Amino acid sequence: DISFKKIIETGSSVLLLFLSDPMLKKRDDFEDILEERRNSSDLKYALRCYTPVLYKGVTPCTSSMLKSMVLQSDQLHYVINQVSKETGKATDDIKEEASAILEEMAQCLQLSTVRFFAFTLSKAFKTLFRSICVNEDGIQRLQQAIQEHPVVLLPSHRSYMDFLLMSYILYTYDVALPVIAAGMDFMGMKFVGEMLRMSGAFFIRRSFGGDKLYWALFSEYVKTMLKNGFAPVEFFLEGTRSRTSKSLTPKLGLLNIVMDPFLKGEVFDVNVVPVSISYERVLEETLYARELLGIPKPKESTSGLFKARKILSEDYGSIHVYFGQPVSVRSLAQGKVNRCQFNLVPRHIPRRPSEDIASFVNDSAYRLVRAQEENMVLKPWVLVASLLLQYHHQNQAAGQKRGIALGELTAQAVWLRDLSRQYGAFLHWPGTVVTQVFTIILLALCVLTICEDKELLSQAVILLSCASYRNQALHVFVRPALLALAIHTEVFNSFSFLRNMFSNEFILCPGATVQDFEEACYLLVKTGALQFTQQEVLVTERGHRTLAFLSTMLDPFLQGYQVVCRFLCEEATETLTEKQFIPAVRKFIKKLLLAGRLRYMEVLSSDLQKNSLAALLRLGAVRKMKG
Amino acid sequence: MASNSSSDRQRIAQQRLRIIAGHLRAPVDSDSTILAAECKAQGSKTDVSSERKTVPRRRQEILKWNGWGYSDTRFLFNKKGQAEFTGKRYRLSGMIIPALQNWFEGTFGASVQHKSPAMPILTSSAVQPPTLNEAFVDELKSTGIPCSHDAEDRVFRGHGHCLHEVFALREGKVGRVPDIVVWPNCHNDVVKIVELACKHNVCLIPYGGGTSVSSALECPPEETRCIVSLDTSQMNRILWIDEKNLTAHVEAGIVGQELERLLNESGYCTGHEPDSMEFSSLGGWVATRASGMKKNIYGNIEDLVVHVKMVTPQGVIEKGCQCPRMSTGPDIHHFIMGSEGTLGVVTEVTMKIRPMPEYQKYGSVVFPNFEQGVACLREVAKQRCAPASIRLMDNEQFKFGHALKPQVSSIFTSFLDGLKKFYITKFKGFDPDRLCVATLLFEGDREKVLQHEKQVYDIAAKFGGLAAGEDNGQRGYMLTFVIAYLRDLGMDYYVIGESFETSVPWDRVLDICRNVKARIIQECKDKGVQFSPLSTCRVTQTYDAGACVYFYFAFNYRGLSDPVHVYEQVEHAAREEILANGGSLSHHHGVGKLRKEWMRETISDVGMGMLKSVKNYVDPKNIFGNRNLI
Repeated sequence: DISFKKIIETGSSVLLLFLSDPMLKKRDDFEDILEERRNSSDLKYALRCYTPVLYKGVTPCTSSMLKSMVLQSDQLHYVINQVSKETGKATDDIKEEASAILEEMAQCLQLSTVRFFAFTLSKAFKTLFRSICVNEDGIQRLQQAIQEHPVVLLPSHRSYMDFLLMSYILYTYDVALPVIAAGMDFMGMKFVGEMLRMSGAFFIRRSFGGDKLYWALFSEYVKTMLKNGFAPVEFFLEGTRSRTSKSLTPKLGLLNIVMDPFLKGEVFDVNVVPVSISYERVLEETLYARELLGIPKPKESTSGLFKARKILSEDYGSIHVYFGQPVSVRSLAQGKVNRCQFNLVPRHIPRRPSEDIASFVNDSAYRLVRAQEENMVLKPWVLVASLLLQYHHQNQAAGQKRGIALGELTAQAVWLRDLSRQYGAFLHWPGTVVTQVFTIILLALCVLTICEDKELLSQAVILLSCASYRNQALHVFVRPALLALAIHTEVFNSFSFLRNMFSNEFILCPGATVQDFEEACYLLVKTGALQFTQQEVLVTERGHRTLAFLSTMLDPFLQGYQVVCRFLCEEATETLTEKQFIPAVRKFIKKLLLAGRLRYMEVLSSDLQKNSLAALLRLGAVRKMKG
Repeated sequence: MASNSSSDRQRIAQQRLRIIAGHLRAPVDSDSTILAAECKAQGSKTDVSSERKTVPRRRQEILKWNGWGYSDTRFLFNKKGQAEFTGKRYRLSGMIIPALQNWFEGTFGASVQHKSPAMPILTSSAVQPPTLNEAFVDELKSTGIPCSHDAEDRVFRGHGHCLHEVFALREGKVGRVPDIVVWPNCHNDVVKIVELACKHNVCLIPYGGGTSVSSALECPPEETRCIVSLDTSQMNRILWIDEKNLTAHVEAGIVGQELERLLNESGYCTGHEPDSMEFSSLGGWVATRASGMKKNIYGNIEDLVVHVKMVTPQGVIEKGCQCPRMSTGPDIHHFIMGSEGTLGVVTEVTMKIRPMPEYQKYGSVVFPNFEQGVACLREVAKQRCAPASIRLMDNEQFKFGHALKPQVSSIFTSFLDGLKKFYITKFKGFDPDRLCVATLLFEGDREKVLQHEKQVYDIAAKFGGLAAGEDNGQRGYMLTFVIAYLRDLGMDYYVIGESFETSVPWDRVLDICRNVKARIIQECKDKGVQFSPLSTCRVTQTYDAGACVYFYFAFNYRGLSDPVHVYEQVEHAAREEILANGGSLSHHHGVGKLRKEWMRETISDVGMGMLKSVKNYVDPKNIFGNRNLI
């Protein structure tokens, strides 16, 4: 049982020491790399001398040498023999198969292609974006890290642009170009797939669960590139693009693979660099909203890409790319993993990760996603969107149709700006408040025109787009917001329950309930929203506003989960296939919305529905049956 | 003593002739005829008689009390700043080593201007007065076995050669030391002493050569009983040689070089040559499970020992026969070997002996990088054709070895050296900052040696190795014996260091070398060491399933308030790294008290229980109370 007095006594003093005060968080300055592009020749830029610093222990090798290293590795030999014994196929046949898989998978990084991209992307970026801002200090840290240890780049994933953008930036700064794990769907795009391959992408099948050979090839391929310092390895911890702008629960497969060489002592250390890419507006914005509402996504195809050219005529604002502090896997693992566990079985024999390693990788993954979140740059529009959404719903509830006075919105925005700063948000807020809010409103007019006469789905598209902006700020508020929801009940227990409930929805590190609780208390007390007396928690006068804002922020999620539960209780027959679930629950929600029994259209988001089902599954409320 | 019959003498004379003939047939342009024995210190000319004891009771008369080796032998930087090696005992003695100063200052950021001298003499006030068990002392004196509670004698036996031990002595700091030193003359003396110790409940700590590097000789500070150091140095006779079975029965106090010298007089050798063989004793080897440089031919101590006699509080333990192998339950020798003085005193050992080799030849191979070198050693081990010794030094040690080249007398030699260097780096394209060198020692029949040599060089060539001459090889082995003296030189100039070893499966050799060296560098940085450390390694032994790896580590401690503590933290971290990389706790240095904390994970709970139950049976009153191992 957590006593508040204790938290306040130990908390505020100790937390100040250990949880570095978010206000004091030191972040680097940004530099706009497009500025130079606008003032000098793109061709010259694409053809300039490119001589990146490489890993000190690098064994120079070509893409084809890499492949043969993989095919000749002990790991692969072992698996080939194993598969041969199991299937009765000749090892030579399996070897051929392996070689073909590797052919399909492997990258073949070529500088000429990179130069081509450097040229064309310069043109495209200049029309699409106002600026691409990069923290140069981060680049310098990365460069240092690349020299000393094998490096893994972990960018956040919001758009297809992400990995092109990454390579573009690294080329610009003369940093070693990464090899990138990409989904196989890209390969479907005939010409583009090959172009991407030549710019460093390697392709992996989306699912290869039981295929030992594929897994062995894939993991050995990645490890070989990493260990030899061939190039930094880049992949997306979130596995796929987040359609909601919230960070996704990390996928552990690739992280397991890149940590393995360290754990087995094949390299001294691996440095992992989280990269936060924040878009003012992602290219796929409306696509995402439609996808979440069940309007199917167009298959990636080259012709589709050309159709997407009309995108070029729009303004997508600026991009901020923040290269975080390199994280040493060695220091992460210190005291958490006993590396001696690899002493008794030859290291090339594949084994399921032990419990301590599995939980270490999982914890690390969450920490790294949080590190990405922390350095996501929030634009003013994100905060305004959060406010507007709340207004919209309140008005709707009151049956009113009026807007909000500019002056009032400005005042609210200033309040929220200060609050989020105190919570450690990384705000990009140039100019004065009024000019900012004003330009935002103008900008937003085209996006946010919610009027009643549109049909439900079109309204929902707009609302979900708007929610995706608010979602960018969720990571700043989620812990205090959970506390705000819990405040009028048995605080810690409710907090813990809600946190557990939402742990598929938000990035909440497993097993860190107490830390999260302390952090939430600390922030709310520090900002004067809560006071702790001997035995009780008091909401202060000005705290009401904060707490109301915070709990309203999570209200759509709370309602959403409730609706899903209601659906399962009321509508779901004995058994429900996974495929049926989304359409059925969607139908159910539509009915509620049309009947006016549900306020929040964002509950229509399939993301929320899937997450809630996963949570219920995890909590044992529903059960999965094989069949 | 060896038999003195005339036929024996004749046979020995013939053997001698054969050896000399072997030398004469050696190629004229090399010093291949130099025996490995020449690398280590020689007794002075008048010393040859077999009557003379190498180690006197008052060791401090010929050995340093606060550093390594002979008092007359040390490195120093002379007034010109050039390094010099004093004395007459070693090949390097009396020579100028011109490159050492540059290497020393460059590697450590040290300066010959900044001295950190040791306290010249021991102030007896620093030594606590002895806690004497009067009854024990009285009875001991009545037996006539010599003993002493002189401060110098006691201090000398209160330490081994760990860095912290020597560092403390140099600062004149003395902790808990033995209260009395006794010098038994034979097995029966030991039996009497152990009986008296049990009767009066005093603590016994056996002392052989004093070369321990595991804190094994440190007196446990919590020991309140009278501590008796049992110095075996006077038990140093060869009791008999059995030429039919090729065994020798030897008293366990004999030191390595004396044993070899005496056996050589009869035309034999044991071939057991640990790096410490000038000073370490036969009993010490048994008690720590020692390993010798030439184990590929002669085997490690466990392969060499045929019979052991040990005096324990429960009585004397020994086998009833001298058979080559027995299936009679767990081998009791394996309770004795590696017992580190916790169960009793080894008094007599029957060891295998071999006729002295007819011919010896050094060699060396340069590899473009360490990876290739390790691959070559692995192949040599696979083909089971390892020479008497094969060692692979990494690039840093290669450079270190070069810095120890004595002044060249002729222009021709220096020209040749230059030419060699040009050939390897420019013509063959070896990167001077990556290349590494393997040193080789071949031993046996002349014909076979030459054949063997060719086989090994052929394998080396497959891994890009180039033969680099006998001189380089010989210098490598010479370093073995002088490197400990170099540590004292470093300590005169704010540089402290140590070596430690491990054994590791073949597939992890490269990984462990890389990771441990990197860990040392990282830990030094983290612990605030101002200068980058020397962190280097070599592969010193090959086995079927793995290799023995030695790490050397030293740094300049200027600016640190507690350098020894920092040093210990780094060594601790390095050992953790070794274990995490699949290395062993020790290949041959032993556990002592320094590495005790890792014993449980090394041998499992049950293993610990087994060792403890043996200890409890053999020595329930903990008479052998040095608290090593478990």
